Formats: sequence, C-alpha cells, structure tokens
Amino acid sequence: MNNSTYLLSTLIFLPILGGLALLAIGDTGDASSGRARGMRWTALAVTLLALVLSLGLVTGFDTSTAAMQFVEKLDWIPAIQASYHLGVDGLSAPLILLTTFITPLVVISSWDTIKSRPAQYFAAFLILEGLMIGVFASLDGLLFYVFWEFMLVPMFLIIGVWGGPRRVYATMKFFLYTFLGSVLLLVAFVYLFVQSGSFDIAGWVDVPLGLRAQQTIFIGLLLAFAVKVPMWPVHTWLPDAHVEAPTGGSVILAAIMLKMGGYGFVRLSLPIVPDGSAYFSALMIGLSLIAIVYISIVALMQKDMKKLVAYSSVAHMGFVTLGFFLFWHLSTNVGAALGIAGGMVQMVSHGLVSGAMFLCVGVLYERTHSREIADYGGVANTMPWFGAFFVLFAMANSGLPGTSGFVGEFMVIVASFKANFWIAFFAATILVSGASYTLWMIKRVVYGEVANENVAELSDLNHREFLVLGALAIAVLILGVWPEPLVNMMSATIENLVATIGLTKL
Amino acid sequence: MYNYYLVIVLSPLIAAIIAGLFGRQIGRTASHSITILAVGISTVCSMLVLYRMLLGTALPENISIYTWFAMDGLRIEIGFLVDRLTAFMMVVVTFVSLMVHVYTIGYMRDDPGYQRFFSHISLFTFAMLMLVMANNFLQLFFGWEAVGLVSYLLIGFWLKRPTAVFASLKAFLVNRVGDFGFILGIAAVAYFAQSLDYAEVFASADQIAGQGISVWPGTSWNAMTLICVLLFIGAMGKSAQAPLHVWLPDSMEGPTPISALIHAATMVTAGIFLVARMSPLYELSLPALGTVVIIGAFTAFFMGLLGIVQNDIKRVIAYSTLSQLGYMTVALGASAYSAAMFHLMTHAFFKALLFLAAGSVIIALHHEQDMRKMGGLKKYMPITYWTALVGSLALIGFPGTAGFFSKDLLIEAVRDSHWAETDPWVYWIAYLSVLLGVFVTALYTFRMFFMVFHGEERMDKEARSHVHESPWVVTVPLIMLAIPSAIIGWWTIEPVLFGNYFGDAIVVNQSRDVLAHLGEAWHGRLGLLLHAWQSPVLWLAVGGVVLAWYLYLKRTDLPGKISKRFSSLYKLLDRKYYFDDLWINGFAAGGRRLSTFLWEKSDQGLIDGFMVNGTTNAIGRIAGVMRQLQTGYLYTYAFAMIIGLTAILGWLTWLR
Amino acid sequence: MIGLQEYLTLSAILFVISIVGIIVNRRNLILLLMCLELMLLAVNFNFIAFSRYLGDPTGQVFVFFVLTVAAAEAAIGLAILIVLFRNRRSISVQELNTMKG
Repeated sequence: MNNSTYLLSTLIFLPILGGLALLAIGDTGDASSGRARGMRWTALAVTLLALVLSLGLVTGFDTSTAAMQFVEKLDWIPAIQASYHLGVDGLSAPLILLTTFITPLVVISSWDTIKSRPAQYFAAFLILEGLMIGVFASLDGLLFYVFWEFMLVPMFLIIGVWGGPRRVYATMKFFLYTFLGSVLLLVAFVYLFVQSGSFDIAGWVDVPLGLRAQQTIFIGLLLAFAVKVPMWPVHTWLPDAHVEAPTGGSVILAAIMLKMGGYGFVRLSLPIVPDGSAYFSALMIGLSLIAIVYISIVALMQKDMKKLVAYSSVAHMGFVTLGFFLFWHLSTNVGAALGIAGGMVQMVSHGLVSGAMFLCVGVLYERTHSREIADYGGVANTMPWFGAFFVLFAMANSGLPGTSGFVGEFMVIVASFKANFWIAFFAATILVSGASYTLWMIKRVVYGEVANENVAELSDLNHREFLVLGALAIAVLILGVWPEPLVNMMSATIENLVATIGLTKL
Repeated sequence: MYNYYLVIVLSPLIAAIIAGLFGRQIGRTASHSITILAVGISTVCSMLVLYRMLLGTALPENISIYTWFAMDGLRIEIGFLVDRLTAFMMVVVTFVSLMVHVYTIGYMRDDPGYQRFFSHISLFTFAMLMLVMANNFLQLFFGWEAVGLVSYLLIGFWLKRPTAVFASLKAFLVNRVGDFGFILGIAAVAYFAQSLDYAEVFASADQIAGQGISVWPGTSWNAMTLICVLLFIGAMGKSAQAPLHVWLPDSMEGPTPISALIHAATMVTAGIFLVARMSPLYELSLPALGTVVIIGAFTAFFMGLLGIVQNDIKRVIAYSTLSQLGYMTVALGASAYSAAMFHLMTHAFFKALLFLAAGSVIIALHHEQDMRKMGGLKKYMPITYWTALVGSLALIGFPGTAGFFSKDLLIEAVRDSHWAETDPWVYWIAYLSVLLGVFVTALYTFRMFFMVFHGEERMDKEARSHVHESPWVVTVPLIMLAIPSAIIGWWTIEPVLFGNYFGDAIVVNQSRDVLAHLGEAWHGRLGLLLHAWQSPVLWLAVGGVVLAWYLYLKRTDLPGKISKRFSSLYKLLDRKYYFDDLWINGFAAGGRRLSTFLWEKSDQGLIDGFMVNGTTNAIGRIAGVMRQLQTGYLYTYAFAMIIGLTAILGWLTWLR
Repeated sequence: MIGLQEYLTLSAILFVISIVGIIVNRRNLILLLMCLELMLLAVNFNFIAFSRYLGDPTGQVFVFFVLTVAAAEAAIGLAILIVLFRNRRSISVQELNTMKG
C-alpha cells in the first residue's frame, strides 16, 4: 500500500521515547539552568520532527479511497485476538495532523513560563502527544482503550502538578468524570469482543447485533465520549480543569483531547451500532442544541476568561455532535455527509481557535497572573499586536466567514436545515450568542482606556509568542478561506461511513 | 476580463495587508500612498469594466476561481458574477472609497492610528467588492460579514472612548441578529435549490416557489417566502431597517470618513443591493415584498422624524441615512428595483458628501459635533458651505440635483405600484410614508444646514479664532463628490431607469413592472424638471425648508417652546421610540440576567452542586457511616475475622 | 485410652483460649503474640493427632513447617514490638489504633 509503513508507529513512539528520555535524564529543577535549556530544545526538536514526519500523512494520503492507509499490523495478545493494528483514514488523519501541529506550539509557548520541573513538564507533553496520536491511529479496540486511558495520566499530572490553586479539586473532578465514562467503555469493548471474537474495530463494524445490545453498547460508548466532548450535562469538569490547568495544558485539552470524544462517535458509535445511534439520535441532537443554546447563555456572564473560553468550547463542540447525529433526521440522504463533514471540520477548527484563545489568555496571565476580566481593560493600548491577534481569534471563535470557525458551523447549519427548520434555527443562534460573549469579553479586556497600573506595564508579545499566535492565525485563515483540501481529505471516508450507517444491523 | 476582476479585488487587500502589518516600518506617507494607489487602481479598473459593459464589448460574466468545498452534492465555488448591476456597484464603491481615502489624509492627520485606519478602509474596500462581485451566497455572506467586521473595527477605532467601543459592539451584535436570519436563508436556499450559485438558484426559482415547508406543525409556508423573508432579515441588519436600525446612529462614534464611506454610502446599502440582486427570487413571493415595503415605509418616515430632534451633526445625517435607506427599501418592495439602485447611487454621492462636509466642519471646530455650538460658519468655510449646500439640496430632492431625479422617480414608482390593487393598506402606508418623508427630510436637512452655516456664531471665542477652511485634501474630495451630487441624476436617469441598463441582472414580473409603466409616460428629463412644480413632492420639500428657516433662523425661540408644549411627543422622539431601551435594557440585560441565573442555579447549583458534588458528598456520607466499623484495634479485627470464619464454616457445614 | 477425640478436644480448648486471649486482652502486645503461638500449637496438635490416626506422616511434616514459620514469626513479632516500644514507650494494644478509619 505505502512504502513508509512504520510512519504511524514512529509518530506514536518518537514523542513517547523522547518524553521518557527527558524523564530519565531529569533536571535540577532550576528552569534557568543550562540543562533545562537543553531539555526545552530537545522537546522542541522532537515535536518538530513529529510535525515534519506527519506531513508524510498529507503527501502520501490517497483521498480517493475510504480504506485504511499506512496500515501496520502485528500480533499483540494472540490469545484474545488483540493486535497492534494502526492505520489512518480521512477521519483520523486531520486530527493527527492537528495534534502534531499544536504540540510544538504548546512547547514553544511554555518555553520559559514553567519555573518548576521543566523537564518533567515537557516530558508529559511529549508522552501525551504520542498517546493522543495512538488513540487516533488505533484500529484495535484494546489498543485504543489502552491509549485512551493512558492519556489521562500525563494530563492528570499536568493539571495536578503545574496547575493553579484549586488544582486538586479540578484534577479529581477531571479524572473521576473521564474515568467513570471509560469504565463503561471497557465493558462495551469486552461485550463486542465476546460477540465478534476479536478486538478488531473493522470486525466490530460487521458483527451483527440486536437492537437491545446496540442500545446498551451505545449508552456505554456515549458516557465515555460525552464526557470527553463534553456534552451537556456532563460538561462541568471542563471549566474547572481549564481554569486550573497551566496554559499548555488548557491548549492541549481544548484543542485535542476534546476531539477524542467526537472522534469516538464517528469511529465507533456510528458504524458499530447504527441502530442504537438511530434510537438515541433525537436525544443526541437535543443535548447538542442544549449545549449550543444554554451553554452560550451561561458563557456570557463568566468573569474568568478561561472559564468563558471553556464554556464556549462546550457550545462549539455541540456543533460536532449535532452534525454527526443528523443522519436519521433527514428526509433524504443528502446532507448526512455534509453534517458529519461539518462536525469534523468544526473539530479541527475548534482545535485551532480554542487553542489560540487559551494561548491569548495565557499571554495575559503570564504577565499579570490574573484571568479575571475585571482586572483588564484597554490592553490594546499597551499591547497592540496582542490586541490584533486576540480580536482575530475572537472573530474566529464567533464564526466569522474567512476564518475556520465559520466553515464547520456553516456546514452543520446547512445540513441541519435539511433535517428540520428548528434545529437549524437553534443552531444558528450561536451567530448572535457566540459573538455576544466573545466580543463582550474583548470589549472589556482589549478596548477602552488603560484600566490600571498592571495593564499600563504590560509589554507586547515577544518573538516566541508572536510566532505561536502567528502560526495559528495563518492556519485559521487558510482553513477559513480554502477548506477544500481538508474536506477533500475526508470526503471519501465520510461517504463510506454514511453508506455504512445507512445499513441497519437488525 | 478575469484579470481585471482579480486586480480590482486584490489590490486593496494587498495594500491593506501591507499598511496593516508593516505600517509602522514604512511610515505614514507610504501607508496612505500605497492604499490610495491600490484603491485608485481598483477605481480605474472598475470604471473600465463599466465602460466596456456600456459599450457592449464586455458581457456579463460568471467566473469561478476556486472550489471552497464540495461535499455531498453541494459544491461551493468562490467566483465573480460581474454584470451591469455589479459593475454599477463596483464603480460607486471604489469611487466613494477613493474620495474617502484622500479625505482621510487631512482628517486623520494627527491621529496616532493613521496607518491602521488606512489599512482598515482599504480592507473594507476589498470586503465590499467581494460582496458585490460574489457569484454565490457563501461569498456574499463572506463579504457581508467582512464589511461588518471592518465596520466593527472602525467604529471602535478610537478604542479609548467608551461610547465608541460600546457602539462598535452594538453594531456588530445587531448585525449578527440580522445575519442569524441571513444564514438561515442561505441554508434554506441550499436546501431547496441544492446549490448556492446565483445562476443555478435563479434557474430553479420557479421550482422553489412551488414548494412548501412546514415551519410550525400543521402549517405550510411557501419556500420562496421563507427564503426571501429570512434573507431580508439579514438585509435589515446591514441596511439598518427598523427594528434592527439601532446600531447606525451610534456608529457615528467612529471617525467621520468611515461614517461617510461605510455608514452612508456603501456598506449600509448592501442590504438594498442584496434584495435587488435577488430580484428573481423576491418577484416570486408577494408576502416577502409586502414585508419589505412595510419595514421600509416605517423606517423611511419614523426615522426621519428622529433627525429633527438630534443636536449632533453626524447623528442628524445618520437618521437621514436611515430614512433614505427606508426609501430604497420601499422601492424594492414596490418592485422598482432600478429606482432603488438609482437612489442608492445618488445617495451614495450626496450622503458621502454631506458626511465629509460635516467632517470638515468638525475638524475646523476641533472635534465639536454639537450643532448648538456652531452657526455662521458660511463666511469661514466657503468651499465646505457650498458643497454642503449642494449635498443638502440633493438630499431634499431640489429640482435638477441628483437626488431630485432619483427621489422623484422613486416616489412616482411607489405611487403607481401594483400595491394599489394588490393591497391598499400596504399601498397607502408606503405612499404616505415616502411622501410625508419628503417634508421631514427637508425640515431636518435645512435645520442642520441653517444651524451650522447661518445664524449667530454660538461657538466660544477660543474656537472661533481657529476656524478656517480645511486643507485641499479635504476640500478636493468634497468638490469631487459635489459634482456627481449635482449632475449625475440628469446624466444617468434615462439609461438606468428606462434604458434597460440592468438588463438581465434585475428581473421584474411583467404585471408589477412599474418602471416600464412609468417609462411609457416618460417625456424626457427636461419634461420631468419642468413639471416638478406640479407634483406635491416639490412643495412638501419647499415647505420643509421654509419651516426650518422660520424655526431656526427667524424665530429661534420657537423650537424650545414647541418641545415643551409637546413634551411627551418630544420625549418619545428624544428616546428614539424606546428602541434602544428595548434592545439594551430588554434583550441585552435580560440575556445577562438569564445567564447569571442559569450559571448559578443550573450549572453550579443543579449539575455541579447537586449531581456531581452531590454524588461525592453522598459517597462521603456513606463512607462516614462505614468508617465507624474500622476501630483500628487489632482485637476488633480479630473478632470480625472469627465471626466471619465461623459464619463461613457454619454455612459450609450445615447449610450446603 | 486417650483417643482422637481427647486430642481434638484439647486442641479446641487451646484454640478457644488463644482466641479469647486475642480478643479480650487489651493491654499487652506480648500476650497477644503468645496467644498467636498458642493458636498455632492447637493447630499442630490437630495435625499430629490426625497423622497418627490416619497413619499418614505428612501431617507431622507439616508440623515442622508450622514450627519453623512460628519461630520466624515470633522473632519478627518481637522485633516489631521492640521497635514499637522504642517509638511509643508502650506496648498497650489499646493505644494501637492508627488504622482507625
């Protein structure tokens, strides 16, 4: 199929090994020492190498087929038919690229902001990167589960060790929430293993299942994925986790880890239990709309910038689940692929935009150690470049055409209109509400007279921050002006997926 | 022509990027030179395109540049549709933009954000061109939102002013309410036509009109009505039609050049352009046209009234803009699309002129905008005076000026429109609104004119000593705009309205084609001019001017008495019919209260407090009971072991 | 004639004494260790009695094992006890409640 057969394994294990190496060498705990500097450069080099290698996924990707590409398969635990099985298709490749794109930026953005244990901090991110790529690339249920669960460990540490004052509460909440969901995920996997005799996800797609079994499996998967997305009403861990996490942690959490949930829905829920998904689709759409309407309203009055962005993430991720579950509510089949593609594009775009928003908040936080909106005002006077970037990303967050934030929302709204006028109506309220909470925050933070001495002393972006925000800005604009390459990458897979979920298993 | 179009669109964009990103490095002069050069290129090319269109050497073209995305049978391509309607708009946009660019050199001379300003207005030109040259709904929406963005940035340009910042947010959000309808309209188009390309949508217009959609269970709406009303909601936002007009007066907080460019001449007319562009759709839905007429009529008359009580010179012009946009909207609803476009063009020139003249006054008085502190400026600022006079006369439709031709024909079109037979209620509301609006327009226009340029000099001594005529970069654009304000109506009325200028770009149902009907009775522009005294329009205008003269020059004590006498009416006008209160104290404050309530009660109280922390607390309480068993003493544990052992043994021995 | 029954009765008596010792004794940790030893002794009695009764020497082999383990356990127990005494100046069972939930 492809010559570069070990590309995915390299992408997974290069960062993990890099991270382990950093851990093994360790540092003196002094962030300014030469050794710590070496650590940072190593981390950056590893993530950049991963980024360069992942470009191979773009150049070698065949957009005409829905089949898995870059496949690797080795026996792992033959006794239970679990194998080390990797591969990507149009659904996972964009998300892997997103991961390899975001991680170096996170490393650069945390360059000298982490004062204690920098080596361990960067090691956590490197390992996390490998694990996240592993989740996206796994084609074996058990392997997927292992990566899925293992991912919690570095994130737990990142929030728990380098987090804010209420980090213990936040980490416990984060861990328990996600872990509770994952337990049922394992139960569902074991059930599927018993039914099909293997852990091969492709095999699960073909295994016949009764309606009752499908409903049960769907619930099991739903809890795991809904917590990650997060969907209303299991979203309350997210604002706390974001607020307490260090900037880099927030970025990874919002940009990539939330996508795991959405990815789980398209990779597992929809194709494996189509009738179960159909049974619950009205519920899913309802929950998505609640997320869009209700969470947007809640976001309006947040006083903490990170909390506001976190709530806006929940609202925007509502579009993802909305797009995925439209299929069963369309009068004709036209629109289903559009909805799923919209959800996927929204995931990639949200990864860029929310990551950028958190980085912007982080830039301010580093300087004044406050995330309270009330502590700012007139930032643009002292930080004009920062103000420009912040406004740009805020516009992307409120879905301005020409930025990536618009593309996914547009596709989902168009697709949902095909299902029902009122679904589109409630989905489209984000145009007003999204702009309200984002721009009101911008008004209070960026505009106005310089509010206090702290703001007066702010210095504009340094080269490092400029580089990170600039890279994200370019990505956001390119994706907004020309989403065709991304959509094209996914289209064959999505059309195949729509055909699969159209076939009932009963 | 393909390359021309790219040059027209891209040169302002490139200039905006250069001035925006490297403004500090290249300096002020280079920044304004490069943007003016770029917009100049656009203007020349646009004129060339229009010229070739007129000669017939260039035909309407529908070009696709690249695919935005293609998915699921929906293929969206970015491209240009350049026909006579587009070319017309392109020239208006680029020409006014160029004038404003030049004017800005003088107006913003001392501003620290000089480069940023030029970057923004250049970007605006790009966005507006994308809007008018779009060949599909998506690109239209891109331009639509992009001009909104630039408008947001420019209203809040002086970002230290709280009122400006508030106004910018308000403008964006109110526009977003309109866009909410707009995007649903686009989604409806995609649903019914399976395409977003204008040509394909128009081709399937009849088929769309035949379909119904059940919005409320049990009812069926005509698909075309739904689409048109939803799209018009978008147009209401951008073109500031009641009740989505509240942002426009506040947008005057921005620098005057953008008030002229964005909030008078170009961006706010995007809604008018939209409806004219969509004429093949609107013509198939009478209810939608009825909505358009009623909204337009309301805006035209009632917003004009508000202009009478304003004291801020720019706000008077802003309310006048609202009112004139209402006129255009009425014309659209009366199926007189060409008349609306014609008025759009003349209005663009004379309203930009009035704004720039007001700006000239404002800088002469060091950023004083209150008309009560002006007066008698005629002798200090002759060029501004004469150009403002031309603009004012054009605005009230004085015979011979551009505004006369466009407004007179517009009113005649409404008078003869099909609504007289279709629905007399709609007809009388529309006709009376536009007719009485003429009187109101004349009153507030000349109230402003007299208060600023005539009468006693009410400014303080300090200001008076500094008043002088503005520099040439300000006056040249004034003159350049005064020329078309005066003569372009005479020049272009015949081809635009009766010469089938727009060709296929505007489609009108035969039975409603009021302009064709007027064209039959047309006896030349000279005839129109000579018969002006026969129509009530002229007399109403003259009446307005005379009243303004009497109240504000002759008996200056009267206005105060009148406002005291009719204090409740005055209050209603002064509070702008309480629309602002509805939006700000109603929706915005209500949204904030709802947000606080949901956050504290539902998110933190119910979900987090009761469900999440409730679960942990419950587990804690159960554990609290259980821990009583763990005494920590060895002998208790041993005792428990023995009990357990005995129980198991007993069970094994006897119970099995 | 002393038969199996008598041995088992003795063993049961010893076992119950040791249990009572463990449960009732609240003052002295040494007593507790001694009771443990006694318990093992009771078990050993059973082993030997049955071994003799069944004519199977395996039981007696087990007794050796148990004795060895008991010796080791007593040694470790005493060692812990000494350390405990060193730290807390007391070997009262009543005061050892650090495992309290």
